[in-house]
Amino acid sequence: MNAATSKKQTLLLFTLMGLAFVVVGFVQSWSLSLTIFNYCLIAAIMALGLNIQWGYAGLFNVGLMGFAALGGMAVVLVAMPPVEEAWSAGGFSMLTALLFVLATVIAAIVVYNRLPKGRTRNLAIAAILIIGYFLSRAWYEPAARAIESVNPAHTGYLGGLGLPVALSWIVGAILAGCAAWLIGKITLGLRSDYLAIATLGIAEIILAIIKYEEWLTRGVKNVNGIPRPVPFEIDLQQTEWVRDLAVRLGSTAPEVAALTVKVAYAGILLSILIVLMWFAQTALNSPWGRMMRAIRDNETAASAMGKFVKGRHLQVFVLGSAIVGLAGALLVTMDGQFTPGSYIPLRFTFLIWVMVIVGGSGNNYGAILGGVLIWFFWVEAEPIGLWLANTLTSGLAADNVLRTQLVEGAAHMRLVVMGLVLLLTLRFRPKGLLPEVSARRH
Amino acid sequence: MSFLIGENMTGGYGATNILNDCNISVEKGEIAVIVGPNGAGKSTAMKAIFGMLNLREGRVLFNDEDITALNPQDRVRKGMGFVPQTHNVFPTMTVEENLEMGAFIREDDFRHTMEQVYDLFPILKQKRRQPAGELSGGQRQQVAVGRALMTQPQVLMLDEPTAGVSPIVMDELFDRIIDVAHTGIAILMVEQNAKQALNIADKGYVLVQGTNAYTDTGEALLANPEVRRTFLGG
Amino acid sequence: MENILNAFVLLANFIIIPGAAYGSQLALGALGVTLIYAILRFSNFAHGETMAFGTMVTILFTWWLQGLGVSLGPLPTALLALPLGIAVTIGLILICDRWVYRYHRGQRAKPVIFLIASLGLMFIYNGLVRIIIGPGEQRFEDGQRFIITVREFREWSGLTEGLMLRSSQALTIVVTLIAVAALFWFLERTRTGKSMRAYSDNEDLALLSGIKPERVVLIAWVLAATLATLAGVLYGLDKGFSPINYFHLLLPIFAAAIVGGLGSPLGAVAGGFIVAFSEVLLTYAYRRFLSYLLPEPWMPEGLVQFLSTNYKFAISFVILVLVLLIRPTGIFRGKTI
Repeated sequence: MNAATSKKQTLLLFTLMGLAFVVVGFVQSWSLSLTIFNYCLIAAIMALGLNIQWGYAGLFNVGLMGFAALGGMAVVLVAMPPVEEAWSAGGFSMLTALLFVLATVIAAIVVYNRLPKGRTRNLAIAAILIIGYFLSRAWYEPAARAIESVNPAHTGYLGGLGLPVALSWIVGAILAGCAAWLIGKITLGLRSDYLAIATLGIAEIILAIIKYEEWLTRGVKNVNGIPRPVPFEIDLQQTEWVRDLAVRLGSTAPEVAALTVKVAYAGILLSILIVLMWFAQTALNSPWGRMMRAIRDNETAASAMGKFVKGRHLQVFVLGSAIVGLAGALLVTMDGQFTPGSYIPLRFTFLIWVMVIVGGSGNNYGAILGGVLIWFFWVEAEPIGLWLANTLTSGLAADNVLRTQLVEGAAHMRLVVMGLVLLLTLRFRPKGLLPEVSARRH
Repeated sequence: MSFLIGENMTGGYGATNILNDCNISVEKGEIAVIVGPNGAGKSTAMKAIFGMLNLREGRVLFNDEDITALNPQDRVRKGMGFVPQTHNVFPTMTVEENLEMGAFIREDDFRHTMEQVYDLFPILKQKRRQPAGELSGGQRQQVAVGRALMTQPQVLMLDEPTAGVSPIVMDELFDRIIDVAHTGIAILMVEQNAKQALNIADKGYVLVQGTNAYTDTGEALLANPEVRRTFLGG
Repeated sequence: MENILNAFVLLANFIIIPGAAYGSQLALGALGVTLIYAILRFSNFAHGETMAFGTMVTILFTWWLQGLGVSLGPLPTALLALPLGIAVTIGLILICDRWVYRYHRGQRAKPVIFLIASLGLMFIYNGLVRIIIGPGEQRFEDGQRFIITVREFREWSGLTEGLMLRSSQALTIVVTLIAVAALFWFLERTRTGKSMRAYSDNEDLALLSGIKPERVVLIAWVLAATLATLAGVLYGLDKGFSPINYFHLLLPIFAAAIVGGLGSPLGAVAGGFIVAFSEVLLTYAYRRFLSYLLPEPWMPEGLVQFLSTNYKFAISFVILVLVLLIRPTGIFRGKTI
């Protein structure tokens, strides 16, 4: 596909997508349309992050939810106010425990590198790990218990640093990026299906830590009341201009306030997306980007280059994961709460993969389109499915078994539909809706 | 009429022709060897006879039958045996299992054939419960040949059987190949070790750039001053 | 002496028996994964949901049989429904191979493509299971629940600690032994089984030998579907059926297969037990066990539990990563990376 047709196709598809939102606005509600739009933007950012890993370098990362959760956790750790009592109760003991863990790991790595292979080295590492484990544990257990017993209903955790929420987004990206660097160092030498399993496992571990270490994140009790970058609807309702606007539009103040907040979020998200897109496109079309794709397309040559390729892959892995982390942070901010239990690893990871593959792997516009398109249908599938189920069985009684099964099943139908979409795309249009634009001129 | 004939063969893997009007034939019980410089099309000629590439021109006759249209598996059924140069055994399976797999297309009792193979290659009988991958290079080649013999072929084709093998093992392998020929099987062999191969050959084909350059008995080729100068190092 | 016996009974009750049962379930699951990897050369992420699907069909047939008043005495009725469940699952798997994987095989697609396709199938199966049987937990066991109850054991032995052996646990171990023996007999002693090993070993030579690839692929899927259904039903009888359970089993199953060596059936079985026992050993609270062996003043504080049960699957994952980094071909040297 050459550049000219691809530009036309891109424009066409994005316009169609925009129309879809307009339709939703009219048929259902503008509030809903904007909400979906905002979540679509976040999905697009995540898809962009994944596309950088898959499209540029062919890395099969199934651990996206782990990075997103890290981003979300960063919001909690940075923007939430600190819980003074918890800090005095167990804060410093916990820090000591973490320092011991760090020291143990560093000591083990140093020993691994310094000593020659053999029995002594293995024994030394084993000894370090065992001693380190017990030492850390000695400090960790009482600290965790103390922190969690401070007002468990409302806090029971250490809280955050109380800094502006926009900063937390950046921290989220950095945190995810650092985690990706560590993980990448260990696993990026593996072949694609092993890499997939390894990244899946790591995501599970990260999620488990976030879910069960209540002293850090409140775990499944969730963190509510996350600070926002936009005003609260309630405050807006009181202002003059909102009231005037409401009168002029023939609507109510609460509704206008709600819409304004959503538009504000949309503005923030769009700006972030545009900036990211600019970076991504520049990188893609730069010599660095061309080199990455050359490596991706020629595995034999790549394996001959060994360490060099590993380094490039690590760069890409870190960048892509950082973007996913950023998206995770934005998501938590927009939700206003951090719910560790909602990061179902395979389900949402899978959705983002569908986004990238359907949209067009290797093409950033494709990733964004895929993100918006798939999330849109994921959300709208339930109402559409319900509507279909009810219409098709409208002749049947309300408590007819078939009807109730279909209606209940409508929610799960989306799983089947998404699976089908992926399979059909893989078979009939493996390059996606907006295929990768070849760097060569025709 | 020779038993196996590759007649006026012209063709290659892609758009270009590697073989140009190449002619090869073998009699029953005869050892025919194809030698030549690198890239001359030796392996290609044999693969063409076996049906692993399509001929643009020419045909292959087997026992007076035109088999040009048949695929390799069907040619095996007709009575051809083929020993590839590399990856020619099932490494995790035992020697005996390798032989069993060689006889896969047979529906009758092949134990008698297996005994014959063991008689030809006594070392295989000794190591028959060992995984083929654990054997030495020369022994593995014997497994590969034994495997091909399990279908009781009338023609056995070998692609560089002594590649990467020490001189002593090469001599042993050639001895075995002579034994196989004595059972009445036609042997067609591509070889890089031209001198030693022509030594045991009844007929030799020297291919250059896909065409026959010299065709004669092994002895005559070895004595031919041109051949000696260009391929045999004087 | 009695203390030592008590300690041993504790071990048997909380580690040996559950570990053996769980290990059997993982072994059967890992066998299915490893077979597909050996023959079709890709990691089948849809295997967990195949187990769920097979179990679901078996449950439906079980309910139907139970409704008809059919029972198998002390054994669960599900055993009667099992052949039907297996048959339907085989049908589904073969259809999916025909419509999905076969195309990509013809295209000589990279293994990653098959993996992505298996992800798609995973979601379709998951959705289907939820639509047909609902997302909640389902129970379908009947028959005699216990072979040895805690009370019976205490009365018989006079010890403080009781031993419990559920029939589902015994059934799991017995069925797994039979299935594994049958599979190995098939692979090692029959012509078809050997042809499959040959195909996995050296595909080109196998084709040359006249081994028909589509037949090998068919049998591989039939075996995988059978093993998946067996594993799923045994797990469901033992721990209850719920669509989400089988997704969580995917990681331990892959860990087991990789630890043993992807592509090696013996490795899959060994790996299953290694992963299962690791999980059980590292998450068990040894306090009570130690109390029988150590004198009072030496008793450590706390539960003496290495890892909280929340991190159970983290264990399979750590084992997996360690194996991949140190010895990627696994214990029994499966297909190399």
